[in-house]
Amino acid sequence: MRSSNARTLFEKVWADHIVRPETTDTPAILYIDLHLIHEVTTPQAFTLLRSQGLKLRRPDLTLGTMDHSTPTTPVGSLQDIAVVAEGAAQQVAQMEANCREFGLELHGFDSLHRGIVHVIGPELGATQPGKTIVCGDSHTSTHGAFGALAFGIGTTEVGHVMATQCLLQRKPKTLQIEVRGNLARGVTAKDVILAIIGQIGVDGGTGHVIEYRGNTISAMDMDQRMTVCNMSIEAGARAGMIAPDDTTFEFLHGRPRAPQGADWERALERWRCLPSDSDAQFDKTVTVDASALQPMVTFGTNPGMVVGVNEPVPNRSDAGFRKALEYMQIPAGKPLTESAVDVVFVGSCTNSRLSDLQQAADVLRGRHVAKGVRMLVVPGSQQIKADAEAIGLDEVFRAAGAEWRESGCSMCLGMNGDTVAPGHLSVSTSNRNFEGRQGKGARTVLASPMTAAASAIVGRVADPRPFL
Amino acid sequence: MDPIRQITSRTVVLPVADVDTDQIIPARFLTTTSKDGLGKHLFADWRYQASGEPNPGFALNQPQAQGCRVLVADRNFGCGSSREHAPWALLDYGIAVVISSEFADIFRSNSLKNGLLPVLVEQDVLDWLLNNPGVEVSIDIASSTLLLPDGRSVEYPIDDFARYCLLEGVDQLGFLLKHAADINQFEENRSWTP
Repeated sequence: MRSSNARTLFEKVWADHIVRPETTDTPAILYIDLHLIHEVTTPQAFTLLRSQGLKLRRPDLTLGTMDHSTPTTPVGSLQDIAVVAEGAAQQVAQMEANCREFGLELHGFDSLHRGIVHVIGPELGATQPGKTIVCGDSHTSTHGAFGALAFGIGTTEVGHVMATQCLLQRKPKTLQIEVRGNLARGVTAKDVILAIIGQIGVDGGTGHVIEYRGNTISAMDMDQRMTVCNMSIEAGARAGMIAPDDTTFEFLHGRPRAPQGADWERALERWRCLPSDSDAQFDKTVTVDASALQPMVTFGTNPGMVVGVNEPVPNRSDAGFRKALEYMQIPAGKPLTESAVDVVFVGSCTNSRLSDLQQAADVLRGRHVAKGVRMLVVPGSQQIKADAEAIGLDEVFRAAGAEWRESGCSMCLGMNGDTVAPGHLSVSTSNRNFEGRQGKGARTVLASPMTAAASAIVGRVADPRPFL
Repeated sequence: MDPIRQITSRTVVLPVADVDTDQIIPARFLTTTSKDGLGKHLFADWRYQASGEPNPGFALNQPQAQGCRVLVADRNFGCGSSREHAPWALLDYGIAVVISSEFADIFRSNSLKNGLLPVLVEQDVLDWLLNNPGVEVSIDIASSTLLLPDGRSVEYPIDDFARYCLLEGVDQLGFLLKHAADINQFEENRSWTP
């Protein structure tokens, strides 16, 4: 029988942050432990603060960087920005000015920790189990890999958190996704999450917070768990979460913003109580057999339109499906391995961590990018860039004919000038294959770093397994 | 935010499911530092041809769509990026209401905070609206009802607080700021510091 106080991981974190409980008339006031900010979704929020004469309530719980609009060519200072777009340069300048005016920590061009906001939070140890974390970016769900409740918000809410450190929220429902089985060689966390979205649909998680469970998830390292949680929003979920365990604690131990000494021991004690109780109830349950998975690729214009790399693209007659295939210029009934590739992008908050780069490099080592293919490798942070260079990954990429760049969001959404030309086909480790996402008219195939690297070598969408 | 009580308009129909915020406003228009003027980029890649001329086949470019304040879209409208620029662009263009059978969570929240009303209807009502473009509909905020031209009155779900904010033009930040004492107390009472 269910004990009355059995709770899920989500429910525990939620309950710990209620400033005022919700009623029929009003949403809950939820306290936020970490607010991550970047240059695209904050300017209007700072303007709001200024116009109302408000201060930033907790600069100490706010962490800023620049990632969306920043160039991936070396930049020493703002003055050096080769202006990609006038607006982008202005946005970056305004971010620096805003952070200075409101007195908050910004990892700008002079910081070793500049990078994608969802990469540097964990890297600095600011992302911790049991925290509430928000950011004006939907991929904030990434931080749920640590057992935090982390979700994307809009700019108005960014202003709310800046001024009050709180948000007005209705409690979402819970969905557990039980992933079981050992992953076959060449199959990664990216393939798992693409398969999940294919199974439940791009709105399968709407209104819910997902908890990923099962032995496949427990066996993953933190980089892989972040990849899974990162794409929770692509299934429509508010957030994705994974129970913290020794893998989580080992990752965090000793990081600059993680608790130290006696504080670390106290934190561990608290964190170990967070996992869902064995008899906790979820609103919905989905089960996934991961042992049967192969490398996955998307063929359409949302992440739920996905098949195994060697499987034929399915055929459906509904208008949306036809429109997607027409945009992608991909025929139904044939596998994607027949499609020629123009661009390969390894990067984004989904797959730009050291192990992602390592996997791509392992496929590329001693081989060369096919003639006519442009391959861009963009590390998630300047720290990852340095770490990759320390073990010679940059040399592997350069020798293979790929471009090795500075950190940032880059070609995931093409705000910084790194774009895919109209009509060109890109195999990308990012999270969205929406029409025009990587540039107007660009055609995007989402895949793992290994699949992306294999596709670069072959010049067509390719199964990475023969290269392992 | 101005109070909103009633909206009456003909509908413009976009019979596409899973419309993401990258379509509502593509990323290259996000370099703005203010909320204004985004309407001209609304649905930019669908609305304009490569030459920059309006695409005559796109719903918003139809002569009968001019001045319509109610957009009808197929299910899962507003998925993808959390960019509030999406509702800002819709509002700046002149859209006040979006009707669909499903909205993405963040888009729905962003919309309500700006006075753009997401009206959630059952699939049969949506199908009727999708099949009958250009009809005049009326939305009454106080009673949360959508009035169809055949006289049907359809109640739509909305959070009580969100409805109150629309009707009164309430600024949610003001509401939060009024609870500063509660927030102080929460910070003092909690046993651990983030």
